[in-house]
Amino acid sequence: MSDAQSRFHVPTPPFRPGDAPDFSYLNLPKAGTAKRPDALASWRETSDLAVGLVGVLDHNHQAVGDWDPRLSPEILREGLSHMVLTRIYDERMLKLQRQGKMSFYMKSTGEEAVSVAGAMAMRPTDMAFPSYRQQGLLFARGRDIVDMMCHCISNSRDNLKGRQLPVHYAWAEGHVFTISGNLGTQFPQAVGYAMACAYKGEDRIAASWIGDGTTAEGDFHGALTLASTYRAPVILNVVNNQWAISSHQNIALGDAPTFAAKGLGYGVASLRVDGNDFLAIYAATQWAAERARKGGGATLIELFTYRADAHSTSDDPSKYRPKGEFDSWPLGDPIERLKQHLIGKGEWDEARHEKLEETMTALVVKSYKEAESHGTLHDGPLAPTESIFEDVYARPDWRLRRQRQDLGI
Amino acid sequence: MNIIQALNSAMDVLLDADPDVVIFGEDAGYFGGVFKATDGLQAKYGLDRVFDAPINEAAIAAIAAMAVGMAARGLKPIAEIQFADYIFPAIDQIVSEMSRIRYRSAGQFTSGCVVRSPWGGGIRGGQTHSMSPEAFFTHVPGLQVVVPSNPYDAKGLLIASIESGDPVIFFEPKRIYNGPFDGVPDKPLSSWARHPKGEVPEERYTVELGKAEIVRPGEACTVIAYGTLVHVAEAAAEHAGIDAEIIDLKTLVPYDIETIAASVNKTGRVVVAQEAPRTSGFAAELAAQIQEECFYALEAPVFRLTGWDTPYPHAHEWAYFPTRDRFIRALKTVTEA
Repeated sequence: MSDAQSRFHVPTPPFRPGDAPDFSYLNLPKAGTAKRPDALASWRETSDLAVGLVGVLDHNHQAVGDWDPRLSPEILREGLSHMVLTRIYDERMLKLQRQGKMSFYMKSTGEEAVSVAGAMAMRPTDMAFPSYRQQGLLFARGRDIVDMMCHCISNSRDNLKGRQLPVHYAWAEGHVFTISGNLGTQFPQAVGYAMACAYKGEDRIAASWIGDGTTAEGDFHGALTLASTYRAPVILNVVNNQWAISSHQNIALGDAPTFAAKGLGYGVASLRVDGNDFLAIYAATQWAAERARKGGGATLIELFTYRADAHSTSDDPSKYRPKGEFDSWPLGDPIERLKQHLIGKGEWDEARHEKLEETMTALVVKSYKEAESHGTLHDGPLAPTESIFEDVYARPDWRLRRQRQDLGI
Repeated sequence: MNIIQALNSAMDVLLDADPDVVIFGEDAGYFGGVFKATDGLQAKYGLDRVFDAPINEAAIAAIAAMAVGMAARGLKPIAEIQFADYIFPAIDQIVSEMSRIRYRSAGQFTSGCVVRSPWGGGIRGGQTHSMSPEAFFTHVPGLQVVVPSNPYDAKGLLIASIESGDPVIFFEPKRIYNGPFDGVPDKPLSSWARHPKGEVPEERYTVELGKAEIVRPGEACTVIAYGTLVHVAEAAAEHAGIDAEIIDLKTLVPYDIETIAASVNKTGRVVVAQEAPRTSGFAAELAAQIQEECFYALEAPVFRLTGWDTPYPHAHEWAYFPTRDRFIRALKTVTEA
């Protein structure tokens, strides 16, 4: 007789406030060691990659290995510029939220490479189904900053007419789908969109982004099932930033080896990628996009990163994790790593970087002034009040017409 | 045609006219659907236009996220949920997404699609093959909700639904798929062939959404019903010799307030009928609106004839269902009050 017995198990984070974080337990294979299969290889050939780590930039910031996308310095500088802008934009918007200029904000600090490199490795006409933390994608696609700010402060120029919380962007012209507050719903929608592209015989693809916590939603399972069944040309990104508000990623992951490994069970090619390595994300997205476009079907990409700041302006992470945790994060800072890479290649320097930051700061400050000239949430002008009754349906029915009259307009 | 054949004909017309129309659901492809509504369509239009879907209503609605996703790419999907009782896993996609895509994107994206689903009781379906969950959806801004009561309307409303450009929850009373039902349990089924609305043109036509129809003019009271109960109401009025004016609502959202108000203002007495449980059912909305709209014309309290506030029972189905006899009692209560 064994004395073994079932015990109820609840995962806890490795570190809590007051602990000294030590990430040496993480399985993070060295950059350059992952092999790069053909983009049309069977999902089985991605088995090692799903539990390993695709990385290009090594600890000396050199690009190494099969996955090096060999990008031109111009592309790298463009990526750096979008990432710097994203970070400065986030900082500024946080301040403005603290000053009461908008009701709510969510930063993407530390995750800028995920959205910028992902967007740049796709075509501008490929459809993006982001979550609320991929603002870098909009910058990479050339979204007007003033328009983004006008949305966040819900003023008269908000293209969503003040109907959505800040950061829930929608930009049809830039092929960015309307962001929902309901987690994960966009994952199977992206699959449906990709199926429609394939149905129409286009070579367009779709991509979606969700967080580690959202993988626990049923829509994660629905999306992977559909993507596999119909071999949809879609890229399904899981941004594992270690935290779902206060819940550590292990609350969603359980005893699974990685989030990427979950894709293998569906027969979907799956990669785990260094999410702070611009080159690795670019290369993995390029690989998945080629696979999708050539009829190889879907790819699940886990982007292994760290949510460096609070979940949102309504959150205080010092209540559930050590204050200096990001400083110990072994994959570093995506902006610093790309910057050092470019400097190492002789294609960048500190002075130019400083200048870039100054230019972007000036751009953001100037953009906000312009945005504010179209109104703010508190002081107006807002979209006309009667617009709340529009777009519920293609045409308002008698109920909406009457209710508008009841409101006195 | 019966209702199944009429729906099949509608989808045939739509598939033929528009390459953007696609149809999918569990067993909807090769097999042609468990009720045969999509029979023969895959063979005629191909695997990529009429196809089977995995058993995941969330994904079907997410396929209707494929309806949302595909609609965003300009397709016009018709998704089938095998039973209305199984639409609940899809409720997040329908309520949080499909209904709001146009609104939350300020018209940049739309989600025009139809979710078809067999609905209602009277078939010994027990708890999970008998439900009438329309009120869950009539409460959601952005959705249209349709319940046809005969083959002619089923075809015309389905074509109008997909052409409306907005999402439609299309509930099909499965009790009357093959023939009208007069609300008398265990009586042999009559056939649509002997019913005027069983005559269905082969070609395209539409029945306007949001428009009710007076199927029996009368003076003694107004009955508002949809789906199976339209026929039960007719049988009850006939059997009891009560001169009821019977309105087939057809579209629940947006409902036809003009036709309802005109009738109630004329008769002063109303029965609103639904198979669904009473509390917060759609009949409550109708009763409240009639009370606001026609208060001074009312000569008796608005009577709600409904299912009970219980899950749908199996053995005691006919104690739950608003049968012809219960309908007659309702008509007498209202007209004698």
